[in-house]
Amino acid sequence: MTSTHPAVELDGLTKSFGAVTAVDGLSLRVQPGEVVAFLGPNGAGKTTTIDMLLGLSRPDTGTVRVLGGTPDDAVARGRVAAVLQTGGLLKDLTVGETVRMTAYFYRHTRPAAEVLERAGITDIADRVVGRCSGGQQQRLRFALALLPDPDLMVLDEPTTGMDVEGRRDFWQALRRDARRGRTVIFATHYLDEADAYADRIVLVRQGRIVADGTTAEIKNLAAGRTVRATLPGADQAALAALPGVDAVEVRGDSVLVRTGDSDAIARHLLTRTAARDVEITSRNLEDAFLALTTAQTGA
Amino acid sequence: MTTATPTRAGAAGPDRRLPALGGFAPGALRIELRRVLRNRRTLAFTLIMPGVFFLIFGLPQGGQSLDNGRPVTAYVMISLAVYAAMVATTSVGGAVATERALGWSRQLRLTPLRPAAYVATKLITAMSLGLLAVVVEFLVGAVAGVRVPAYVWLLSGLAAWLGSLVFAAFGLFIGYLAPAENVMQIIGPVLAVLAMFGGLFVPVEVLPDVLQQVAKFTPVYGMGVLARAPLTGDGVSLAAVANLVVWALLFGVGAARLFRRDTARV
Ligand SMILES: Nc1ncnc2c1ncn2[C@@H]1O[C@H](COP(=O)(O)OP(=O)(O)OP(=O)(O)O)[C@@H](O)[C@H]1O
Ligand SMILES: [Mg+2]
Repeated sequence: MTSTHPAVELDGLTKSFGAVTAVDGLSLRVQPGEVVAFLGPNGAGKTTTIDMLLGLSRPDTGTVRVLGGTPDDAVARGRVAAVLQTGGLLKDLTVGETVRMTAYFYRHTRPAAEVLERAGITDIADRVVGRCSGGQQQRLRFALALLPDPDLMVLDEPTTGMDVEGRRDFWQALRRDARRGRTVIFATHYLDEADAYADRIVLVRQGRIVADGTTAEIKNLAAGRTVRATLPGADQAALAALPGVDAVEVRGDSVLVRTGDSDAIARHLLTRTAARDVEITSRNLEDAFLALTTAQTGA
Repeated sequence: MTTATPTRAGAAGPDRRLPALGGFAPGALRIELRRVLRNRRTLAFTLIMPGVFFLIFGLPQGGQSLDNGRPVTAYVMISLAVYAAMVATTSVGGAVATERALGWSRQLRLTPLRPAAYVATKLITAMSLGLLAVVVEFLVGAVAGVRVPAYVWLLSGLAAWLGSLVFAAFGLFIGYLAPAENVMQIIGPVLAVLAMFGGLFVPVEVLPDVLQQVAKFTPVYGMGVLARAPLTGDGVSLAAVANLVVWALLFGVGAARLFRRDTARV
């Protein structure tokens, strides 16, 4: 009886805090079973969007539908669960007590022992939360989110502040758990995480989606090379019209050309224009990410 | 819904019905109580300190009698039971401030638990600790030789306990006023001053005249008078009852308003 509703439907969401527009007309549809990475720099609006998605805050305009209903209803029925970016644990409860206490709030949950096991914290069940490491506390939050066996799991930068090993353990736990058909949305700064764990990447900048596609598609954005040269008064339109050019950006006296054929562009620049200091660099996902999320792109 | 349904319906997926009573559950209450009883600080201030106060300030007055012939030690014991209960209930209600500071309240909003069910759990926990505080103080008194008729134990005990509901509301009011990790360090001294005005440490009659008049309007006064009435045989003045009712309403309404502000979506 899987529902035919999208897991998440965000439509024209905006949210401002005073003069800051944190989320600016964001629309997104996520189908059941998708694993989506929400990728963006600090202050991009990821947490603000997730808060609205979970019903923790109300959008200024726009609508949120989660699994065909309101976020509140999805939360109350245990259909959506989340691992938040900060806080949320009582230091004087033990790990096991926290799980059992939370389980009481639901009509039905997976057994406490099972979620502890799946989150990999069975051995510290009797430890007081205040004495757990950051990574252990994060896995406890994850265990709590597993309790209702949710259809949609939302994680806001779940591995921030963890060391490499902690991050790997956390993602392994998430992977081990990947129940068939569960939709997962996670916010992250880490490209490698998005690359390794998501089917789809949504790039966010200044409250807007700047790119959205399969991991492969987003990687394609990063294919090709960048040719950089010093060329005062560059004719941006003429360069953009050359074959194989994806984008041209002019920054003061510099010109950056994104292209699949860097040799031809370099030849053109050196022979047909006054360009000097020509550099050719290959682009990776990191560059694509930076270009899409920070620069004033002139494409 | 009372139909017995299988708890785990294999292929049909998990049971997605809403929890009964907004998620209020005796099991969670039990963990909450255990948590309170594990807190050494709370136990020291609500169970041990008032008992020790009795041994220091009450016992030396052994042999002395009130106007109606009842022992002064009983007067001190009942006053300290009121004090113990008010500290107990305030500290449980005030813990909401800590839980908000830690983000636990926000975490709870990602579960089916309704805010009202959370507050109900806090109130029951507060009143349970309040009851324990009264019983312990009375036990200390009884073991130390306080003897009064059964109805005095019962009525005074009930008045001290039920009156502390005012302070459970006061604790919640403070708890929803501002998130803070160490609320009791701030409220503790306030409670001591209020207890003094309520005649819990020394009879209000020994205070300077002006302070006696002020005392009548402070929140502990009413519950102090009511709790001691079965012992002293003094009639319960309308002013004392009004005092209790008005403060209960003020704190109750105040807590409810702040609670609503807190749970509003922003
Ligand atoms: N409660 C608030 N009051 C004022 N401004 C806020 C508030 N919450 C968020 N903002 C602002 O909104 C913008 C988006 O913040 P948000 O936390 O959603 O970003 P983010 O993508 O989650 O960033 P990070 O990667 O640092 O977690 C930021 O400029 C932030 O300063
Ligand atoms: Mg964030």
